[in-house]
This record gives sequence, C-alpha cells and structure tokens, in this order.
Amino acid sequence: MADRIQLNQKSYAKLSRRGLILGGLQVVFIACLATRMRKLQVEEASEYRLLADENRINIRLIAPSRGEVYDRNGKIVARNEQSFRITIVKEDAGDIEQTLYSLSNLIKISQTDATRVIEEIGRSAPFLPVTVRDQLSFDEIARIAANTPNLPGVSVEQGLSRIYPSLESYAHVVGYVGPVSDNDLKRGNESNPLLKIPRFQVGKVGVEKYYEDILRGSAGVMKVEVNALGRVMRNLDRKEGKPGNNIQLTVDTELQSYIQARLGSESASAVVMNCRNGEILAIASSPSYDPNKFVKGISYSDFNELRDNIFRPLASKTVQDAYPPGSTFKIVTALAALEAKIIGPKDSFSCDGKMEVSNRFFHCWKKGGHGKMDLAKSLSESCDVYFYELALKVGIERINKMAMKLGMGIKHDIPMSAITKGLVPSKEWKLNNRKQEWLVGDTVNASIGQGYVLSSPLQLAVMAARLASGKNVKPVLTKSINGRNIHDLENIKDLDIEKSHLKIVKDALFQASNDRRGTAYGSRIINNAYRIAGKTGTSQVRNITDAERENGVTKNEDLPWKRRDHGLFVNFAPYENPEIAVSVVVEHGGAGSKSAAPIARDITLQALFKGKPPLEVYPAKDRSAILEQQNKLGKVLKELEILRRNKV
Amino acid sequence: MTYLEYKIRAVPKGFRKVFYLNWPIILLLCAAGAIGIIMLTSVAGNNWQPWASAQLKRFFVGFSLMIGIAMIPIWFWKSMSVLAYIASLGLLVLVDFFGSTGMGAQRWLDLGFIILQPSEMAKITLIMVLAFYYDWLPDERVSKPQWLVAPLVMIFLPFFLVLQQPDLGTSLLIVIGGGVMMFLAGVHWGYFGAGLSFGVGGILAILNSRGKDWQLLNDYQYRRIDTFLDPSSDPLGAGYHITQSKIALGSGGWTGRGFGQGTQSRLNFLPEKHTDFIFTTLAEEFGFVGGISLLTVYTLIVAFAIIAALRNRDRFSSLLIYGVTVTFFLYFAVNMAMVMGLAPVVGVPLPLVSYGGSSLLVLMVAFGLLQSAHVHKPRGVI
Repeated sequence: MADRIQLNQKSYAKLSRRGLILGGLQVVFIACLATRMRKLQVEEASEYRLLADENRINIRLIAPSRGEVYDRNGKIVARNEQSFRITIVKEDAGDIEQTLYSLSNLIKISQTDATRVIEEIGRSAPFLPVTVRDQLSFDEIARIAANTPNLPGVSVEQGLSRIYPSLESYAHVVGYVGPVSDNDLKRGNESNPLLKIPRFQVGKVGVEKYYEDILRGSAGVMKVEVNALGRVMRNLDRKEGKPGNNIQLTVDTELQSYIQARLGSESASAVVMNCRNGEILAIASSPSYDPNKFVKGISYSDFNELRDNIFRPLASKTVQDAYPPGSTFKIVTALAALEAKIIGPKDSFSCDGKMEVSNRFFHCWKKGGHGKMDLAKSLSESCDVYFYELALKVGIERINKMAMKLGMGIKHDIPMSAITKGLVPSKEWKLNNRKQEWLVGDTVNASIGQGYVLSSPLQLAVMAARLASGKNVKPVLTKSINGRNIHDLENIKDLDIEKSHLKIVKDALFQASNDRRGTAYGSRIINNAYRIAGKTGTSQVRNITDAERENGVTKNEDLPWKRRDHGLFVNFAPYENPEIAVSVVVEHGGAGSKSAAPIARDITLQALFKGKPPLEVYPAKDRSAILEQQNKLGKVLKELEILRRNKV
Repeated sequence: MTYLEYKIRAVPKGFRKVFYLNWPIILLLCAAGAIGIIMLTSVAGNNWQPWASAQLKRFFVGFSLMIGIAMIPIWFWKSMSVLAYIASLGLLVLVDFFGSTGMGAQRWLDLGFIILQPSEMAKITLIMVLAFYYDWLPDERVSKPQWLVAPLVMIFLPFFLVLQQPDLGTSLLIVIGGGVMMFLAGVHWGYFGAGLSFGVGGILAILNSRGKDWQLLNDYQYRRIDTFLDPSSDPLGAGYHITQSKIALGSGGWTGRGFGQGTQSRLNFLPEKHTDFIFTTLAEEFGFVGGISLLTVYTLIVAFAIIAALRNRDRFSSLLIYGVTVTFFLYFAVNMAMVMGLAPVVGVPLPLVSYGGSSLLVLMVAFGLLQSAHVHKPRGVI
C-alpha cells in the first residue's frame, strides 16, 4: 500500500509538473495574442481606421442643374425639365423578361432597348437599377404608376433634361446638349469628373457649347456608405453643387420666330442688329431643325434626312457660310474711293454696258448700260461699270482696308459655332494661297463683290450697322450672364471714316430704296418714319459665257437650283434715325431685289413695330398680298407659340 | 487507483453536490456566453433575431447538460470512455458517407433532432479514452515504445477520418489534443522531439507536393496557406477574409467604435461575422479593451481549470481536466490567432461566443465532465 501510495505520489508529481509546463505554454501563447491585439488595435489603429473608412465610404457626384438661357425679354430659350426614366432592379423584379413584357404592354419598348436591358442586367450587380427608357411622357408615367403592383422592381426616376421650347427658332443660335462623347473627354483639359456621371450632358454646338463652362455649374458631392457589395446603405453627407449661370441673349424671341417663319422653306438667312450698339436682335437660318430631337437622341433616319437635305438645315448660314456679297460690296468700294478722295459725289463716269480691262470685257448687269452715272446713282441703280472704273483708281489695298473697317474679313466673336472669317482678298493673300500674281481684273471683280470676296450674313449686317451709325459696333449676342452685363455698349468708338462720306453713301442707299429707279424701290416703305435705306446684291455662282451674252442670258428660273444667283440685301432703318441694320441672303434665290429685299422689308417693319406692322406702311398695290402673307405667318406663329407655351 | 478505491464517504451526495461545483468556471463560462449573446445581437443589427435568441436557448440547453453531467459521478463517465470513443468513431465513419456537405467538406450529420458535427465530439472522446488509457497504464510503462502504439492508433483513427471530410484544421487540432494528453501522461521528451521533427518534415513534404502528382492536400487548402503567408497578395480573393478582419480589428482602436457601430461587420465587409469571425466584430466595436476582456475571461477559465486539475488526486480526472482545458484553449487560441492573421483560416469557432450549436454543446459536455471530475474528486487523505 505504501509503495502504491509512493508510486501514486510520483506519478502525481510528474503529472502536476507537466500540467504546469502546459499551463506555462498556454500563458505564453495568450501573451502573444494580447501583444498582437495591442499592435493591431493600439499601434496601428489609425492606419486601419483609414482603411475601414475607405472601405465603407463612396463619394458620388451630383450633377448640377445647368444654367438657363433667356431672350432679351426674359423669355425662356433653353431650360431644364424634370425628365422621367424608368428603371428596373433585378433582385426586385425576379423574372426580367416577364416584367419587360408587361411593361411593353403599357409603353413602347423597342427590341434594341429590351436586349440592351437584359444584357446590362446580366452584367451589373442585382441591386443596381438599369434604365429601360429615358424621357418618358407624363402619359406614360401615369400608365406605369397605375400598374405598379404588376411591375415588381420597376421604378420611375427623375432627372433633369434640357428642353428648347422655341423648337426650330433657336437651333442655330443656342444649339443643343448631348451625352458626353469620347471627343468631349479628349478635348482640352476636360478632366472634370462630372463628365463621367452617367447621362451627363454637355453643349455640343452654339451657345450651349461656347458657354459650356458658364452654364455647367459645379458638381455637388454625396458621401454614401456602401456595404461590401457596393449597395448604398445610407447617405452620410450631401453638399449640393452650384447650379450653372443663367445667360440672357440679346435676341428677341418674337422677332426670331417671325424671321424663321418668314424665311420659310427657302434656304436663306437673316440677321437683325441694333445698329447703335451691335446687339443682335435676331439671327436666323432656314431651314432649321428641332434641337430637342438631339437631346433625346436623334434617330438615324431623322439625322440622315437633315444631313442629306440640299438646303443644309444643320448649317447656321448666318455665321458659318460666306457668300460673294455682290453689289452690297459696292458700299465698301464707294467708301474706299471717297476716303481716298479719288472722286467727289458729283464726279461721273459713263456706263455703256461693258468695260475692257487688260483685253477682257467686264459687263454691267444692265445690257446696254446706264449712261452717265455719279456715285449716288451708281449705288442706287447698282451700275457695275462705274465701280469698275472706281476699282482701277482705288486699287485693292484701299478696298481691302475699307472692308476690314466695315467688319468684313474678320471673325466676329459671338457664341455660335463654326464662325467664318469670310474673305477680303489682297495681293499677298493671292500670292500665298493661290500662288498667283494679283491681276487688275481681280480688283475689278472685287469692286462689285465678286471674284474672291466672301462674306457672311453677319458680316453684311455689321457693315450696314457701322454705315448707319458711324460707330465701330461689334456684334453682341450675350446680354448678360447671371444678370451681369458683359459688354460695354455705352462707349462705342466712332468709325474712322469721315461722316460726310458715310452720309453720301447712306443717301445713295436711301435712293436705292425710295427712288423710282432704285433697285430696291419695289420693297419700299411709304411711311416716312420707317423708310429704309438698303442695297441689293445679286451674286453669281457661275460664269456667263460670251455666247450666252449674245443669245440672251439664261433666266435664273431655268437653271438648276444650285447654279442660280444668290440674292442679297442689306439695309438700315429708319433712314432719318437708324435703329436697326438688317442683312438677308437667299441662297440661289435670284436677283436680290426680288428675293431678299421683300424679306428684309418685312423683317425691318416687324422689328421696328415690335410686332405685326400696319398695312398702311406698305405701298397700296402690295397690301392685299401682304395681308395674305401676314395671315399665313400669323397662323404659323400662333401654333408655334402654343407649342412653346406647352414646353415652358 | 480505481474508482472503487475512492473514499466514497468523502464525496458529496445529492443536492449538496451543487456546492462542490467549480463555481468560478461556471460564472466565467456564463460571462463568455453573455458576451457571445451581446455580439450576436450586434451583428444582427441590434436584433435579437436571428442568432442571439437561438444561441441563448442553446446555451441554456448546454448549461443544463453541463450541470446534469456534473451531477453524475466521474467513475461512471470513466467507464463510458471507451464506448464513447468507439461511438464517435462510428459517427465519423457515418458522416463520411451520409453527411451533409458544407464549405466543400462533409462535416455535419443530420440526426433529425440535432445537427451533429462528430469531429467536435471526437476531440472530447479522444481525450476521455486517452485519460482512461493512461490512468490504467502503470507509470513505468508510459514511455515504453510498445505502449505508445495504442494511443497513437487512438489518435490516428479520428485524425484520419476527419481529414477525409476533409477538415484539415480540426484533424490537426485532434492530433495536438492527443499529443498534449500523451505529454501530460509523462511520455518521454524524446518522442515529442522526434514527433515534432516528423511534423516539420511532413509540412515541408506537403508544401513540396504541391502541383505534383502526389499532391497531399486540396488546392483550396494550399490557397489558404498562401493567403495566410501573404494576405495582401490577393486582397479581394482568398486574402479577403484576413485583410478585412485585420482592418476591423485595427479600426477598433483602444475602446472601439461602440455597440452596433462597427462598420466593417455591419456593412458585411467581414466574412462569417456571426460565426468564426465574431471576434473581429467584438474587437471593432469594443476595441482593445473589449478584446482583452474576453481574452481575460478565457485565460481565467484556463487558469481555474488547471488549478482544479492540479488539485485533483485522481489521475483520470486530472488528465481529463487538463484535456478539456487544452481543447478549450485550442478553440479560442486558434480562432483568435486566425482572425489576427497569425494562423491560417481554419474553421474553428470562438468558444461560447460564435453562433453554432455543435461546438457549444460539445464544450458544455466537456465542461460537464470537468465539473463531474471536480465534484467527485478524492477528498480526505490519500
């Protein structure tokens, strides 16, 4: 027994020893754990806290609301509209195809939309909404809302989308916005993260593009807490962005719409300027297009139709097209000659229908000639030979300088797209660009606005405005940004041309419009307070052969459209106290006196009366035709106004 | 000393046994269980459902089981050792054939009323049978090679069966548990030196076998080893668990982010946040203070258990208590080491805290045995 007890004692001691060793090892291990815990939680805590925040906090941008565009009277030209889109969430919808099918019974869903949705849903996380259709009408929203119980996972989301209530009237001026393209991202220093917001839209042309930075505003930031799958759990912080600045244009919507309607389906353009300060009251190009279509995403067929139309609806002809100014350029030649003191108002030349310069005949438009012509008569009756004579004496340098002074050959900076510089040729220009010596014949051609001379309707209007006011007015399209005027329109310098010389030319233009023999007499205004002074122009786009001259020039109407003459007209009014300057160009419209001048008269009256002019200002024999036209346009404008109201 | 030699007279009888329970351990177990309930409420977004309430019920079941087992004399459990061991081996065989598959391994046996994880049971029954063996084996034979065969076979059988599931983590814990029992019984140091070098050789062999036609482990197990060695190498793939768990721990700081404020767990960055990784939530929300508190509770349980073992003159009881202690220690030590990035990710729950019935019940049974050994320990003079 004692042995056993001793044995037991021995084994007990050994067990206890080993037990203590084991306990010691455990304590060491526990100490290791505690040390590790201390290292992670105390020493490296801040580092891990940062990592945890990085894990959970996502920063999302909130698109700012784009600045609005108004006309000079505060009418809305471009604004933002609540737009509705429907989205579908996979995890709530369950059977996507079934849901899409029920949805397609309520609203139109194209096959491409349906396949895109199914594809997108397959790709993205099940809780992320996928857009089925954008820009839904109220009607469609209502139908979906009424059927919500049958459409699991379908929801209507709101956003802002751009809307242009005046439809076609402002397409070329304000342009439109569209989704960010690769080009937009590449261009310049556009690293703005806003551009990466899905569905974000940027200005593509016109004012929308020119003032993109001003209109855009700055993004708001939303901090959201997300879980491991990226699902938003809650909003932590929301800082609204700064909305874009509003822009007020100098354009008068009523006049702009009237002109758009008056130009009708002609391929034509017109500019109306305040001749005292350069404010553009209207700048219209016809035919036009509906910019809203581009915002929604224009269909291929619609776009192709616009692109392939020979009247080029997408082009803003007022600024991006340059035409030979034809006889309207005689204003430049006449002023150049007067300023050079080469002729006085009484000096005269004889026109016998043609003139020989370096073995080549230059013809007057009037077969047989005008006879004895002085400056005033030559302008009023638009004698060409008189200006050929002047050209030889004045020379191209002076003509070039005068043209520049009057705003030609210069790129005017207004917020529209693709503005042309036009062309006022010089000897150096021809040498550099055509690798040819300047010929006297070139000067002769230039003197009547043919040959190399090219100018845009905007430049023609600027010329008329500077002539009328004697001031160095520059075209202005932006009245104010966020209520602050950006142009100083009070202190405009006088033009560096002698007033008396301007007066001579202005009087001559008055004759052109009001003298029985003047080229624009047909488009006169009989009320003294509104009489206009204008200059017609008819610019050839083809050469007239000698054979043709013998057998009689082919009538414009008999030519294919593309080869007909352009009809131009520039004017200012009222003659006594000029307020506005107008230019009208009718592409391939034939003689300016017939095509452009009547339009210019109507526009002038519309602008001066700020609405429909009374019939009494028209010559008696025209009144019935005018009345008919006024009624027709009135109807069109009324419909347009109703559409506009609906959009505002 | 067999149970017939106990001084029966000195053993408390009937209701009085309650006073002889090791109350410090019971209270500490309850403390750990309470921490578990709190954490399960937190990870459910401050909700009693779905985990906390179920866990509380299981805790009560386990607790009653522990007290019940403690009331039955240890000599009864001693006599059941071999039977229990054989039964658990049988269950392991069954689970290999009929078990439910989860996480790429067959581990669970659905008995209808309870879902059983026999590998957990095997840890305890192995300890019982080894304690029984070494209680029976005279001291002088303990280190004799021929007497090492039986315990090695006893360890190898459950190890092999669990490895077949395959569950590398638990099978290694079984080996460690068995090895510790042999060590306690007094097997000569030399054998452990040899065993350890054999183990290291084995690990090297396992690592070398990768990609060869005699590859010893599954690919996913190799990936876990890779991940363990360098978690940042693949933070969104296999290393995700460890990386996120370290972030959660670290972001807790000194005092944590507050109850229910742990972003890592609440936003599901943490994997298995209510089971194996629940310690990270605790450490995130209650910080270093919270983590150390739980570790202290565990340490105290181990300490009181070792004291109980030292004071128990019955060899079987003493060995059993040590065994239970080591099993318990391995649970929390491996789990914590795993979430702190000190050990590879193996499926070991945090004892008494993690959600899950099997390990909780098995632990409570084990502590019941410990209590039984404590209540019925030889008192008086030996």
